[in-house]
Amino acid sequence: MDKSIEVHNLTVSYHSKPVLWDVDFTLPKGKIIGIVGPNGSGKTTMLKTIMGLLDADSGYTEIFGQPLDKVRERVSYVPQRESVDWDFPADVMDVVLMGRYRKNNLFKRITKEDRRIATEALEKVNLLEFAHRQISQLSGGQQQRVFIARSLAQQADIYLMDEPFVGVDAATEDAILKLLRDMKNEGKTVVIVHHDLQTANEYFDWIVLLNTRLVAAGPKEEVFTKELLQEAYGGRLTVLSKLGDIIGSTEFPLREPEFKEDKAEE
Amino acid sequence: MDPIFLKVVVGTTLLASSSAVVGTFSYLKGQSLVGDAIAHALLPGVVLAFMLGDGRNPAYLIFGALVSGLIAHYGIEFIQNRTKLKSDTAVSLVLSTFFGFGIMLMSVVQQRGQGQQAGLERYLLGKAAAITMLDVYTFSALALVLLLGVALFYKGFQLMTFNEDFAHAIGLPVGLIRVTFTVLTVLAVTIGIQTVGVVLMAALLITPAAAARAWTKSLPQMIVLAAVFSAISAILGTLISSAITKMPTGPWIVIILGLIGFTSLFIAPEKGWLFKRKRALENRSKTNRENIMKLMYRQEEKCGTGNKLSIPQILSIRAMREDALRVGLKDLKKRLWIIEHIDGFALTDLGRIEGRRVVRLHRLWELYLTERLGMAPDHIHPQAETMEHVITPEIEALLIKELGVPERDPHESLIPYENE
Repeated sequence: MDKSIEVHNLTVSYHSKPVLWDVDFTLPKGKIIGIVGPNGSGKTTMLKTIMGLLDADSGYTEIFGQPLDKVRERVSYVPQRESVDWDFPADVMDVVLMGRYRKNNLFKRITKEDRRIATEALEKVNLLEFAHRQISQLSGGQQQRVFIARSLAQQADIYLMDEPFVGVDAATEDAILKLLRDMKNEGKTVVIVHHDLQTANEYFDWIVLLNTRLVAAGPKEEVFTKELLQEAYGGRLTVLSKLGDIIGSTEFPLREPEFKEDKAEE
Repeated sequence: MDPIFLKVVVGTTLLASSSAVVGTFSYLKGQSLVGDAIAHALLPGVVLAFMLGDGRNPAYLIFGALVSGLIAHYGIEFIQNRTKLKSDTAVSLVLSTFFGFGIMLMSVVQQRGQGQQAGLERYLLGKAAAITMLDVYTFSALALVLLLGVALFYKGFQLMTFNEDFAHAIGLPVGLIRVTFTVLTVLAVTIGIQTVGVVLMAALLITPAAAARAWTKSLPQMIVLAAVFSAISAILGTLISSAITKMPTGPWIVIILGLIGFTSLFIAPEKGWLFKRKRALENRSKTNRENIMKLMYRQEEKCGTGNKLSIPQILSIRAMREDALRVGLKDLKKRLWIIEHIDGFALTDLGRIEGRRVVRLHRLWELYLTERLGMAPDHIHPQAETMEHVITPEIEALLIKELGVPERDPHESLIPYENE
């Protein structure tokens, strides 16, 4: 299998309370992949850790067989729509152009080429006529499409999207789905955090079922079974979550630091 | 023109507008209080620099302020990250502790009788008139550094303010951007407090941004506008304080800035209080108008076309304030929707269309509530009373389409359409 993302024995805590326990999986290239699980199952934490926004207590992740820093320009990230203040003074084009920002052009002006790429991205999400609309005046679905356009403007090979289907209208949902399939046909990999079981089966080729620990990962036909879904959604694991509370409130180190070093060297 | 006056004007204008430029980002980040905290926290650094070095050299004082401000800034961040305290608590904690320490150091200086007290006191309340030529050169250089810094880091500051996670994810040097922003903020505060003092410094950072935000939706415009507002305040403030004897410059600058700020919030388009108030009034008179038209149309349904109603009759059908009714009737007459006869008001053909529209919307919405939302028919009337005034022609068309051009509402009343 051609690998896109590898996650190795990953344990992550949030406010020193563990939300992912020893998760380990490998994802293929050129597929639409869903990270699926109930609320509070660590899906967003998973994505943020892969993107280097959160530090792991132990374990590590690799993209295209390399650490993130080596392949950053091939990776694109779409945060949750609610994570930003849409009242910020900017228009649609301003936000999409942010997808062209790079470490090596931080101090340079935006080029014509950047504008061309951003315009193309807007066209792909059907928002060209809104290019100079204030972002505060957009509907939820339009805001989501702006974020996706910004991500397209990055011209990456792998796209990580956090709940892009939440709070969008049917037209946006269709537009996003069509876009995802086009991207897949171009050989891109798309990883999507998604909480809705009803639609997961229809949207994705490959599914990672998560509930604090890894329940299953694989082609959807193998993962979308009654038993596994029951396991992921059938109530929280009481012992595990109690243990998490204890660790969170008593400052236990989750792993000895040396242990982490060993893992990283493997 | 008086060279001393000119010197002060140049100094204060530079100070005020460079603070406004940096303050725009603090304002957008929702960190309005951080500038205030840093301003207070500069005091111990300034006094220490005064005690250890040469009190008249601004370079020493600025260095002391910078160090003290940075310690305070990272102190706030440390408390926020390592404890469960809310950010306002962390800010107040650092602000009061540092300021207290600064005041204590000042009294030590006083007891020692270390001469040039004036040099220190100006940090507390500001003393623009005491600006020396050396100060003007120093501030000009610093203001230039600030403006260049913001220009150079514009993309970084913009993205850090809007979506820091994304900046991180695309590999921008977020650490460097944040440190730069912090240093620029501390610098802005350091030179700003020369004019207005520690206590009023927050106004210089935040008010211009808040005022500018009311007028524009573009970040570059907002930055320029904030700087312009600050410059105007600085010039006017200096003018007033030099025209009237014994008037302090700093407070006047802040007062004028405040006036600009309040005026902006009040009269600005769309977001301004005046605009919202006007829209609310318009909506209220529209509601009033539509209620009268609906009442008259329904009365025609009962008693036949051309039915006349007097004011007491209307009031007996629907409880409403008589003065509001009279105003509404006058408005309707002007629109030629009703005619006043000796024995009462009657609908015109134009008015009948309007009355029919309102009644139609009311009944369509009632039907929608029972059919689509499963509400009981005896619970839907109050909802429909509000919605009939809100539904636009597009939503009306959608409703009719979705309900399949229904004939009757849940109370079995006919839904009136045009062209019948």
